Amino acid sequence: MDLAFTQEDEAFRAEARSWLHAHVPASPLPSLETEEGFAAHRAWEAELAADRWSVVNWPTAYGGRDAGIVRWLVFEEEYYAAGAPGRVNQNGISLLAPTLFDHGTQEQRDRVLPSMATGRTVWAQAWSEPEAGSDLASLRAKGVRTEGGWLLSGQKTWSSRAAFADRAFGLFRTDPDTPKPHQGLTYLMFDLRAPGVTVRPIRRLDGKPAFAELFLDEVFVPDEDVIGEPGRGWRIAMSTAGNERGLMLRSPGRFLASAERLHDLWRSHSGPANTGTRVADALIGARAYQLFTYAAASRFLDGDTIGPESSLNKVFWSEYDIALTETALDLLGEEGELADTDWSERYVFSLAGPIYAGTNEIQRDIIAERLLGLPKGRR
Amino acid sequence: MRFLLDAEQREFTASLDAMLTAADTPSVVRDWSRGDHASGRALWRRIAEAGVFALAVPEAYEGLGPRPVELALAFVELGRHAVPGPLVETVTATTLLASLDDAGPAKRLLPALVSGESAATVATGAYALDADMADVRLALSARPGPPLGELEDGGGESSPTRTPAELRLAPPPGPPRPSLDPGRRLFPVVPHGGELLATDPPLAPALLLARLTTAAQALGVGLALLDRTVAYVKQRTQFGVPIGSFQAVGHQLADAKIALEFARPLLLGAALTMTAEDVAAAKVTACEAAYRTARTALQLHGAIGYTAECDLSLWLTKARALRTAWGNPDECRDTVLSGGRRW
Ligand SMILES: Cc1cc2nc3c(=O)[nH]c(=O)nc-3n(C[C@H](O)[C@H](O)[C@H](O)COP(=O)(O)OP(=O)(O)OC[C@H]3O[C@@H](n4cnc5c(N)ncnc54)[C@H](O)[C@@H]3O)c2cc1C
Repeated sequence: MDLAFTQEDEAFRAEARSWLHAHVPASPLPSLETEEGFAAHRAWEAELAADRWSVVNWPTAYGGRDAGIVRWLVFEEEYYAAGAPGRVNQNGISLLAPTLFDHGTQEQRDRVLPSMATGRTVWAQAWSEPEAGSDLASLRAKGVRTEGGWLLSGQKTWSSRAAFADRAFGLFRTDPDTPKPHQGLTYLMFDLRAPGVTVRPIRRLDGKPAFAELFLDEVFVPDEDVIGEPGRGWRIAMSTAGNERGLMLRSPGRFLASAERLHDLWRSHSGPANTGTRVADALIGARAYQLFTYAAASRFLDGDTIGPESSLNKVFWSEYDIALTETALDLLGEEGELADTDWSERYVFSLAGPIYAGTNEIQRDIIAERLLGLPKGRR
Repeated sequence: MRFLLDAEQREFTASLDAMLTAADTPSVVRDWSRGDHASGRALWRRIAEAGVFALAVPEAYEGLGPRPVELALAFVELGRHAVPGPLVETVTATTLLASLDDAGPAKRLLPALVSGESAATVATGAYALDADMADVRLALSARPGPPLGELEDGGGESSPTRTPAELRLAPPPGPPRPSLDPGRRLFPVVPHGGELLATDPPLAPALLLARLTTAAQALGVGLALLDRTVAYVKQRTQFGVPIGSFQAVGHQLADAKIALEFARPLLLGAALTMTAEDVAAAKVTACEAAYRTARTALQLHGAIGYTAECDLSLWLTKARALRTAWGNPDECRDTVLSGGRRW
C-alpha cells in the first residue's frame, strides 16, 4: 500500500501543470449555462483537445492520451488547482462515452467520439421525464419502428444544457407490452436539431437558461444510432450510471481546490465563531474524498468494477459540496448575498447535487439494500 | 500509487480477527470492568504473540517497527472486538521509551512490553488508564519551576517560554474513578512522584502514534456498532416486518456506513504519511463517525440497547470515551487548520 506516484506520473503532472499554466484563461469565462458562456466553453474544449488534454484517459485514436485512471485523477487535481473552466461536455464524456466504449459498435465510436473530444458536438442527457424521475423505468416517451430506424415521440425534461447542445442520448419505450417496466426500453442517440424536436429552455434556480425540456414528435433516428440491442436499453444505461455517481462525475481535484480556496478565504475573513470548525471539516472532507477515490481507483486497476459503492460517493460529495460553499457564503457575510460571485454560483449549483444523478434518498436505498443487505422495503 | 492493502496485510487482519472472535471479548470486558484482569491478561499475551506490540518497537529493541499501517490495521480489529486495556497507551509508551536519548529505560522495559508480559500506561493529564493493571506507568508533567515571570528568557511575546516536561515512572495508583466506559478504568495521577526517566523527552512521535491508534480503535468500534445494528434490524420485527425494511431505518444506517467508509481511507492515508494534519484528520473523522454510529445503533436497538446487559453497551460507551482521548475533535481540527497546503 502506498501513496507515491511513479516518476512517469509526476512527469505527467508537471506537463499538465505547465500546459494549464500557459493556457487557462486569465479571467473566468462567462457561465456555461448561458449562450455566450456555452460558446466560450466550447472553444475552450477545442483548445484542450488541440493538445490532447480534453479526454486524457481515452485511447489516443479518439483524441486521448491513454493515460489510465490514476493519471486522470492527477490531471483533474491539476486542472482544478489551476482554476480552469467547467467542462461543457461533461455528460457526453462521463456518461455516453463509457457506454459507447462498453456497448457501442466500432462505427459508433469512430463517428461519435472524436467530435465529442473537441467539443464540436456537445451532448445532453435525455433520461428524465415529467412523470419519470426517481422511478426512471416508468418512462413513457416511445420509439416506434419504421423503415431503417425509429420514430421518437414524447417528452423529456431537466436536460442540462440541452438548450444549446447539439445531440442527446436517452431511453425510449420501444415495446409497450413487456411485463416489467424496465424491459422493452431502447437506448439511443438523436439530434437536437432534427425535424420534430422542440427544445424549451427552463430557467434554473439561478435563472440561467441552458436547462431544457424536449418535446419529440416522430423524430427519426436511424438504426446506426441505437446503442446495443433494441429492448435492452435499461441494462446498458444502468451499467454506466455508476460512472455518473462514481468516479467520473466529480473528481476529488475539484473539491481539493475548493477546500484550499475556502481555507484562504477563512484566513482573510473573520467569520462566525464556528466557521473554523466547518473550514477544517471541508479540508478533511476533501482529503477523505481524495483518498477514498485513490482506493477505488486502485481496486479498479485490480480489475474490480465500481458497483453500488458509487452510491457512497454520490451522497458524500453532494452533501460535502453544499457544506463547503455554504461556509464560504457565511464567511463572506454581506458579500455572500451577491448572486454574481463565483462562490454564490457554486453554492446555488451545489444545492442540486442531492437531486441529480439519482437523488440521495435513492442512493441511501441502494446502500441499505445492496451494501448492507437490508430487506427491500415498502417504499 | 497503489492505495490498497496487500495480501500480507489482509492476512494479518484476518488472523487477528479470528483470534479475537474466538476469545469471547465481551466476557473479558465484563471481568475487566470489575477489576478482574485474569482473562484480560491472557488475551493481552495472545495479542502480543500476534506481534501487535512489536509493531511499535524499533528493530534496535527487537521490535518490528515502527509500522504505522499495520498498527492501524491491528487497532481497527482491537476496536471491533472491544478489547479492553491500555492498548494505545502501551504502544505510545514503547515509542516514547525508544525515542529517549538514554537507552537504559528502553533496554530495561521494552522486551517485556513486546512479549506481553507487561503492559504500560501513559498519563499526560490527570488520569492514567488502567494504571492498576499496567506494570509500567509513565507520567508526563510540566517540570515544577519558578513562576513564568522570573525566567530570564520569558520576556517578549516572540519568545514564549516552553516549560520542559518530565517523564517519570509513576508509583502505584490509588483507587480508580469510574469512567463513562466501564471497560476503561481511570486512576488519578500523583504529580511528580516516582523515578525521573527524562527531562523534556521528544513527545511528538509518540503522541502522533497515540492519536493514530486511537483513531483506528474508534473506527473499529464504529464498524462493530454498524455490523451489530444491521444484524439486529434484520431480525427484529415490528408491524409484521423486519424493522430494517423501513426506509427511515435503512437511511440512518446508510449514513453511518458512508461516514465510516470515508474515515477508513483517511486512517490508512495518515498511517502512510504520519503528518500531524493527516493524523488529526483521521482522528476527528473516525471518532465522529464512530460516535454518530453509536447514537444510531442505540436508537435502532430501542430499549434493549439502553441496557448494560446488552453487549452493544460495550461499544457504545467506548465510542464516547475515544472521542476525547488523545486529542478531542476541536484540537484535531485546529491541527488541520494550522497546516499549509499538503494535499
Ligand atoms: C440541476 C439538475 C440537472 C439535471 N440534469 C439532468 C439531465 O441532464 N438529464 C436528465 O435526464 N435529468 C437531469 N436531471 C433530473 C434528475 O435526474 C431528476 O431530478 C432526479 O432523478 C429526481 O427526479 P425528480 O426530480 O422527478 O424527483 P422525484 O422522483 O419526484 O422525487 C421527489 C422527492 O421524492 C423523493 N423520492 C422519490 N422516490 C422515493 C423513494 N422511493 N424513496 C424515498 N424518497 C423518494 C426523492 O428523493 C425526492 O426527494 C437534473 C436535475 C437537476 C436538479
